[in-house]
Amino acid sequence: MNRTAARGTRLALGMGAMAVIAACGSTSSSGASWSTATSASANGGMSALVSAAKAEGQLNVIALPLNWANYGTIIKDFEAKYGIKVNQANPQGSSQDEVNAVKSEAGTSNAPDVLDIGMAVAWANTSLFAPYKVAEWSDIPADQKDAGGLWYQDYGGYMSIGYDSSKYTVTSVSDLLTSAFKSAVALNGDPTEANAALNGVMMASLANGGTLSNIGPGVSFFKQLNADGNFVPVTATAATIDNGTTPVVFDWDYLNSASVVNLPSWKVFVPSDAVLGGYYAQAITKTAPHPAAARLWEEYLYSATGQNLWLQGGARPVEMSAMQANGTLNQTYAAALPAVSGDPVTLDESQAAAAASYLASNWSAAVGS
Amino acid sequence: MTAVASTEAELVRRPLGGRLRLSSTWLGAAPFLVYAGAFLLLPTVLVAVGAFSGTHGPTFSNLAQLSQPYIVSAFVNSLVLSAVSASIGAVVGAVLAYAVATGSPDGIMRRLVTALCGVLSQFGGVTLAFAFIATIGTEGFIVIWLRQHGIDFYPNGVWLFSLTGLTLIYTYFQIPLMVIVFMPALDGVRPQWREATETLGGATWHYWRHVAGPLLLPAFLGAWLLLFANAFSAYATAAALLDIGGVIVPLQISRALSSEVGLDQANLAAALALGMVVVVAVITVGYSWLQRRSARWLPR
Repeated sequence: MNRTAARGTRLALGMGAMAVIAACGSTSSSGASWSTATSASANGGMSALVSAAKAEGQLNVIALPLNWANYGTIIKDFEAKYGIKVNQANPQGSSQDEVNAVKSEAGTSNAPDVLDIGMAVAWANTSLFAPYKVAEWSDIPADQKDAGGLWYQDYGGYMSIGYDSSKYTVTSVSDLLTSAFKSAVALNGDPTEANAALNGVMMASLANGGTLSNIGPGVSFFKQLNADGNFVPVTATAATIDNGTTPVVFDWDYLNSASVVNLPSWKVFVPSDAVLGGYYAQAITKTAPHPAAARLWEEYLYSATGQNLWLQGGARPVEMSAMQANGTLNQTYAAALPAVSGDPVTLDESQAAAAASYLASNWSAAVGS
Repeated sequence: MTAVASTEAELVRRPLGGRLRLSSTWLGAAPFLVYAGAFLLLPTVLVAVGAFSGTHGPTFSNLAQLSQPYIVSAFVNSLVLSAVSASIGAVVGAVLAYAVATGSPDGIMRRLVTALCGVLSQFGGVTLAFAFIATIGTEGFIVIWLRQHGIDFYPNGVWLFSLTGLTLIYTYFQIPLMVIVFMPALDGVRPQWREATETLGGATWHYWRHVAGPLLLPAFLGAWLLLFANAFSAYATAAALLDIGGVIVPLQISRALSSEVGLDQANLAAALALGMVVVVAVITVGYSWLQRRSARWLPR
């Protein structure tokens, strides 16, 4: 949902999905349509939702890389649990690609049912979303959801520096400016394009005297990094980390953590002077061709099972503190999270917009060759 | 003299019942026209309309944005990249094509080179970028091998992930493409012309300066323009190699379409695309003009 690197061919979806659409209208036991249901309880309860979703049989997701926050396991588990086939489109797409697909494929059986998007895109596109509140709605902190249920944050983490500890040691952001890091430092995408990369530059800014309202020092940092020959203008992916092209990577901690699987010497560092948090959000599309399956997917993600699966992937689920309190949080997974000390901060809507517009006019000049 | 002769020949060959012939010709061309309309004209029109559209109706603001420094520099980079890679490709490709064209017309060498060029001229995108990353990337096998022998492949910093690297990679498909498009022109050069020059006492220099050079120049420049357009519109190779910084215009278009940080501007993308269409249109006009000039002397 955030990668913009491989704009690969979109997967062909929806083989035989036509029949499923036809089945949609007749499945709800309460008689109400699931496409306008704002909660399971208001529309016949969970068992009615499950049977309606099973009748639809499919779910269209988009831009969910399998190694991103444990989505590979989550999708497999959901398919096994409910017998619903999950059609995955454009796994390396950006949040904007998701929204573009909602608009361009509206009315077809290929249209995305559910989205996992960055906040900037969520705020800008609420008119495309159908309001829905999962059973655990009250467990989501109030400032992490839309009061009307149009979007709700799902998981998040802290901006981090992942590095190959067999070659480097990183103890602060400024370390990266030394000559030991020649052609080593990379971002997860272009910050004018990818949310994770924008936050990477923002972290560099915070560590260099900037504020959430001022990303300038971060751009200067990367300009210096580029001038010194330390910056690699390649989008970091699992492949570039494996083959050593990008041995030092700015990315969310849960994404950086995932690289340990293939590279045991990979370490994740969250600088204490720049603890920058960020959450993604879920939303159901108004034009979802599988409205019941879409709602069931959200119920599943916000159940303790779904939340713990994200946690297993190194991401911090939005209901984490509520689950800690009611004892459903998986303590093994929680203990495996990277250590974080310092005061976490998060970009709000206007700060994110200000950072983006500053990057639009200054980023290319700073790192363009 | 030749002009009169060819006109007479056309008159003689013109069939009776021209109207009938016309309609069947159009019918035969219909698939092409439909194809060109759907995949060439329609997208161009949509791009043009998009470039002048905003959230509040028609506007020039998208085009005005093209004057922003980062967009200007992307256009400059694109033009320089295309010009340099086309020039290297054209010169090296022409020399290679000449070497092959002057050899045996049915020789194994010629067949091998043309077959190879046919394949390599279409080798691009992610696979090509990967091939270079795997050979001379920071952890490429040549770089590692040299490192093991105490040689630093990049003593002045890594240039592969920059315009320089992109230029090198583009020449990889530009040279074979040049061989393919320039070979017919070389084949059209008759040995008799050289013999005639020598009979009249001309040296090799005279032959190239006054006979072969002027004859081949339009074809050479035409091929150069084709190579230029080929590099100008390439996207996937660049995206796979250096997609950070929006260095060239196609990368800026991609950003304007898929930015997830609130910088998505589909209409700016259309304006950028329109700018590229204008550049390519100029090139196409120049190419067809040069084609006509070279066709005058090198009929096929």
